[in-house]
Amino acid sequence: MSDITPSARLKRTPLFDVHVKAGAKMVPFGGWEMPVQYAGIVEEHRAVRGAVGLFDISHMGEFEVRGPRALSSLQALTTNDVAALEVGQVQYALLCYPDGGIVDDLTLYRLGDQHYMLTVNAANIDKDWRWVTEHAGGGEWANVSAETALLAVQGPRAEGLVARLADGDVTAIGYYRFARGRVAGEPVLISRTGYTGEDGFELYVPAPRAEALWRALMEAGGGEGIRPIGLGARDTLRLEMRYTLYGNDIDDTTDPLAAGLGWVVKPAKGEFIGRAAIESVRGRGVARRLVGIEMVDRAVARHGYPIRNEEAAVGQVTSGSYAPSLDRFIAMGYVRADLAPVGTELAVEVRGTSRRARVVRTPFHPSRVKKG
Amino acid sequence: MATVPADLRYTKEHEWARREGDHARVGITAYAQEQLGDVVFVELPKVGARVSAMKTFGVVESVKAVSDLYAPLTGEVTAVNESLARKPETVNGDPYGEGWMIVIALANPAEYDGLLDAAAYEKLIAAGGH
Repeated sequence: MSDITPSARLKRTPLFDVHVKAGAKMVPFGGWEMPVQYAGIVEEHRAVRGAVGLFDISHMGEFEVRGPRALSSLQALTTNDVAALEVGQVQYALLCYPDGGIVDDLTLYRLGDQHYMLTVNAANIDKDWRWVTEHAGGGEWANVSAETALLAVQGPRAEGLVARLADGDVTAIGYYRFARGRVAGEPVLISRTGYTGEDGFELYVPAPRAEALWRALMEAGGGEGIRPIGLGARDTLRLEMRYTLYGNDIDDTTDPLAAGLGWVVKPAKGEFIGRAAIESVRGRGVARRLVGIEMVDRAVARHGYPIRNEEAAVGQVTSGSYAPSLDRFIAMGYVRADLAPVGTELAVEVRGTSRRARVVRTPFHPSRVKKG
Repeated sequence: MATVPADLRYTKEHEWARREGDHARVGITAYAQEQLGDVVFVELPKVGARVSAMKTFGVVESVKAVSDLYAPLTGEVTAVNESLARKPETVNGDPYGEGWMIVIALANPAEYDGLLDAAAYEKLIAAGGH
C-alpha cells in the first residue's frame, strides 16, 4: 500500500475544500495536492465516456505574453508555427532545449492581435517561466497561474450542459477554438479542448470565481449525470487516446519525433530553439519510437518496465494501465524503431516475468472530439 | 470507516485470515481495497505452493498502484480463488467474502494466535494504516 502523506508545502487549487467535502482522495501531484479520485477511477472514467465529467485542473499554469514582439518571441520559443494561429484559435506546441529535448508541452491561445496565452503543465510552471523569460526575444510576459483557475467539462453531454449555462452560442466554437463569455454568470474563456478524447470544453475562470462555477456546473449537470473526476481517470482517459503526459512519456531527454510529435514541429517557419537538433534527427531517422502496446497476457505494464523481444531489451514502458473502455491492459512505450510497426510481437517484463504484448494502432479507443 | 469483522485475524499489511479447522482462508481487508481503489489484476500462487508467514505470496494491482500480498500464515496453498482472474473487482465489492484469495493448510496453527485481532487492527487503521 502506498503511503500518502500530504506535505504542508503542497499547493492547493481554489477548489481544495470542495474536493475534500465531496469525499475525494487527495494526493500529491507535481507539487500540488490534488483529487486522484472521488467515487473510483473506473466509474469516473466511464462517466466521462458515457455522460459528462467535471475536472479541476487549476494546477495547470498560464502565462500571457503581449506586445509587438510577442509573435517573434513565441516563434523562437515554440516548435509550432505561431504565425498560422488566428485570434480565437488554440495550438498545441512544444518548448524544446537546444538539443531537441522537451522543456514542456503546452497549448497556445491567441487572445488578441498581439496577445497570447500559454497553458503549461503544473509540475513545470517554475521551470517553464524561467525558460520563457530567459529566452524570450521580447514581449511583455506575465505569469497568471495563481489567479487563473481551470475546469474541464468533458463527455458526450458536455456541450449540452455548457450551452445551457452560457450566454453565447458555444456550439459554434470549433475544436481547438475558444470564445470569451459567461457560463453560469461567471466570466470565462471557453475553449473547445481537452485531454480525454471526448467532446467538451476547458473553462478558464478567475480563481475567486472557480468555486461558484464548479457548483453551478455540478448542480445544472445533475440531469446529465455529471460527476467530479479525479486525476486517476484523467490519466486513464488520456492513455486510451495515446496523449502523451510530460514526465511519463516525454521529458527533457525526448526527441519530439520519437514521441510522434513531429506534427507540431514546423521547421519551415524559421529558426526556433531545438530546430537544428530535431532536423538532424529527421535527417538520419529516429532510433526509437513511442508506440501503443496492448498486453496479450493479462498483466499491467507500468512506467519503467522493460520491453523485450526474443533476443534483447528493446525499450521501456512510459505509461500503462487497465483501460476501462476496452477492458484490456494497455501501455505506451519507446521501442527500437524497427519494432514500431503495428502487429509487432513484444514482451513486457513484469516483476521478472515476460508477459506477451503487441504493438497496436492508436488511439486505443476512438476519439470523439468535435473536429471540423 | 472500513469494516473489520470481529471473527477474523489481521496482518499489519492489511490481509485477513479466517480459521477454518486446520486451514485458513486469506484475503485483503476492506481498508486495503479502499486504499487501493479499483482492483484490476490479482496474481496468486498455484495450489500446492508453499507460503510463509509475512512473506509475499502474490500481487494485487489497482489502476494506480501495485501492492505485494503477504501471507499471514505458513503452510501449503490448498485452494486459489480462480474467479479473481476474470473478476478482480470482486476484491473491492466483497473483500471478506467472494473476494477471498487463497486457502492455506496451516503448517504451524499457533501462528494464528500471533496475528492482530480485530481491535488491534482497527487501532492500526485508525492511526493511518501503518
